[in-house]
Amino acid sequence: MRQIAFYGKGGIGKSTTSQNTLAQLATKFKQRIMIVGCDPKADSTRLILNTKAQNSVLELAAELGSVEDLELEDVLQTGFGDIINVECGGPEPGVGCAGRGIITAINFLEQEGAYQDLDFVSYDVLGDVVCGGFAMPIREGKAQEIYIVCSGEMMAMYAANNIARGILKYATSGGVRLGGLICNSRNTDREDELIMELARRLNTQMIHFVPRDNIVQHAELRRMTVAQYNPAHQQAKEYEILAEKILNNKMLTIPTPISMEELEELLMEFGIIEDEEAAIKKLQASGQ
Amino acid sequence: MSKEKLDIPDYNSLFAEERYVQQRANKKQFEAPCSEQNTAEALAYSKSAEYMEKNFDRKAVVINPHKACQPLGSVMAALGFEKTLPFVHGSQGCNSYFRSHLSRHFKEPTPAVSSSMTEDAAVFGGMNNLIDGLENSIALYKPEMVALCTTCMAEVIGDDLSSFIGNARIKGVITEEFPVAFCNTPSFVGSHITGYDSMLKGILSYLYERSGIKASPGSGTESGEKLNVMLGFEPYTGNFAEIRKILEAFDTQYTILGDHSGNYDSPATGEYEYYYGGTKLVDVPLAANALGSLSLQKYTLKKTQDFISGTWNQPITAMSTPLGITGTDKLLEAVSELTGLPVPASLTEERGRVVDALTDSHPYLHGKRVALVGDPDLLIGLIGFCLEVGMEPVHIVCSNGDVDFNDVKFKDEAQALLDSSPYGSEATLYIGNDLWHMRSLLLNDPIDLAIGSSHLKFAAKDAGVPLIRVGFPILDRHHMHRYPIIGYQGTLNLLSLIVNTVLDELDRNHSGFNYDLVR
Repeated sequence: MRQIAFYGKGGIGKSTTSQNTLAQLATKFKQRIMIVGCDPKADSTRLILNTKAQNSVLELAAELGSVEDLELEDVLQTGFGDIINVECGGPEPGVGCAGRGIITAINFLEQEGAYQDLDFVSYDVLGDVVCGGFAMPIREGKAQEIYIVCSGEMMAMYAANNIARGILKYATSGGVRLGGLICNSRNTDREDELIMELARRLNTQMIHFVPRDNIVQHAELRRMTVAQYNPAHQQAKEYEILAEKILNNKMLTIPTPISMEELEELLMEFGIIEDEEAAIKKLQASGQ
Repeated sequence: MSKEKLDIPDYNSLFAEERYVQQRANKKQFEAPCSEQNTAEALAYSKSAEYMEKNFDRKAVVINPHKACQPLGSVMAALGFEKTLPFVHGSQGCNSYFRSHLSRHFKEPTPAVSSSMTEDAAVFGGMNNLIDGLENSIALYKPEMVALCTTCMAEVIGDDLSSFIGNARIKGVITEEFPVAFCNTPSFVGSHITGYDSMLKGILSYLYERSGIKASPGSGTESGEKLNVMLGFEPYTGNFAEIRKILEAFDTQYTILGDHSGNYDSPATGEYEYYYGGTKLVDVPLAANALGSLSLQKYTLKKTQDFISGTWNQPITAMSTPLGITGTDKLLEAVSELTGLPVPASLTEERGRVVDALTDSHPYLHGKRVALVGDPDLLIGLIGFCLEVGMEPVHIVCSNGDVDFNDVKFKDEAQALLDSSPYGSEATLYIGNDLWHMRSLLLNDPIDLAIGSSHLKFAAKDAGVPLIRVGFPILDRHHMHRYPIIGYQGTLNLLSLIVNTVLDELDRNHSGFNYDLVR
């Protein structure tokens, strides 16, 4: 059984990319998969279940009074491609501790023996590594391969670098490795080259460049992955390629995160941020 | 030495002196107290049946629960191993509580360190504290093993012990060889018994895995490999001595896994050492090859039992604290079955003597109504003991009783035990309730004797019943933990404790003509 995790900046398309890819992995490559959603919003499994997950671990635990009163069958739901889904859930925005929630929920799943007869367990984790709780999926004995979803936008790359730092903390003493960057295209300039260069500096690979296509949004509006909504579409093929690359991925590395300065230089090099001189010239040319 | 007699008044007479009476009266005016009448009314109301109903409807607050937090049990478990330093990853205050609480019960020091986490550690993670703490404590106290557990703060922020210890090795603070066992002990769930179990399992699995030995039950040839015995969260050092006596009578070899009787019963020689006794670290991996294991706290040792029957693939007999004749019979049968040795004649003879003693006291115990408080395994033992001597359990409170063994809930086993005897027909089990509930019960449905820890003394006093101190913690009586309560000898100790309390009460409450010489 392989345990993988998808990390990335909020709103980058982590859940969309991971569900679309896992749907291909399940249907085209016949892998038995469980998705563990580690986002308090509990929307990591929506496209597989064709609905928002009804029972998150923590929501049910809060209702019953204690995690100890929960049963596994209350929280596991099977969706498209026979993928098993579970959402950790968490508190409302602004209260409580979502990180602790993830620890509690994953401990519950392990203790109850949820991880049986599977080829893949995939964790979908909110945002950057923001606290110890969100690093739970990459602790020893859990996810061994991390895929970072990013794009050519500065903050997405900044987040990717941050996540690489989080992984490094656990990689030296444990077995967790970076499997690659997934570029979820935002159609920015020279995006593929930029992410490939970032990948090189982080001592990893850009495992796949997922082009932008509206079909993904159309499917998403119908709470589906492309694999389900329009399996013949070219975009489905893209996710299939990514799925195959993950299935056969041998490049698992200890990341070498870069400094903020280096990241900014990189962006300048690729013309994402202009240097000051160029910026002044531009302003002069526009007659100000 | 001066021949003058030192006049040292005890607490009661000291604070009855005029200056203290005056001091209390002076303080009172700043306390804005209720009038004496108000206080008396409130007190009377708190004893009423009406209040009891409200008390049992209580949802949002727990008052005086009969349990402690997880790492307290972990510290005790760590002290059951040779030259092992308990290390609490968290704030100093947590650790001070474990140390003082255990020391107040055992009247012995509790050597344990903490990583002194403060606000910055809560924000940035406790890794640096843990690494510095390991370096300092190993240099200062020279343990042969460190046993780490967590507190709530470390658990909330998600500190990852395994990777932190790994990083301490990478940094060279500890060598690759130095053993650091660990467990996670979040006290938002469970109680001290959960923490004991987690740490015992943590130590056994850690020492076993690093030894590289492959468990092959029954293959042991070296001494100490024949039978493993675990007493669990054991407040009685005397119980260790008693189990040794029993096993030695069987003439079997054995290893006690988790033996804190050395640390909690060390002699005063003028020199203090940090470590006394405990299970030898080298014996732990060898224990994997034992014939079988015996657990004397089946509800406490759930994870450990699973580890032994699973990873070690070893036959295990798990029971609750073997109190009373029936309980001890079961213990001896289990030892006999696991080792293939017959029950020794010396123990059978001892049994006869204790049965004789029970019949001597029987007239004074028959039909006595009792209230019981304690940990689940102790309660199973106590209920069994009460039923066999003809005492009637009436109120049974177990604050940490939401536990099960082999899919049978503690409550169901205890109920079945009560149902098996006519003396159990009056009993009600209160799982998850606290001692404030117990107070209402004692006041509204009176009993003759309360049996439980020191914490029960206030409710017992309000209800005007004597308290027989059994269990953990016993903070206000000395040396009770040195006398066993398990085995036939323990049965005798428990019997004399109870019957002599009954006789004391008879003397104290005599009605003028029956202050008898002979009872």
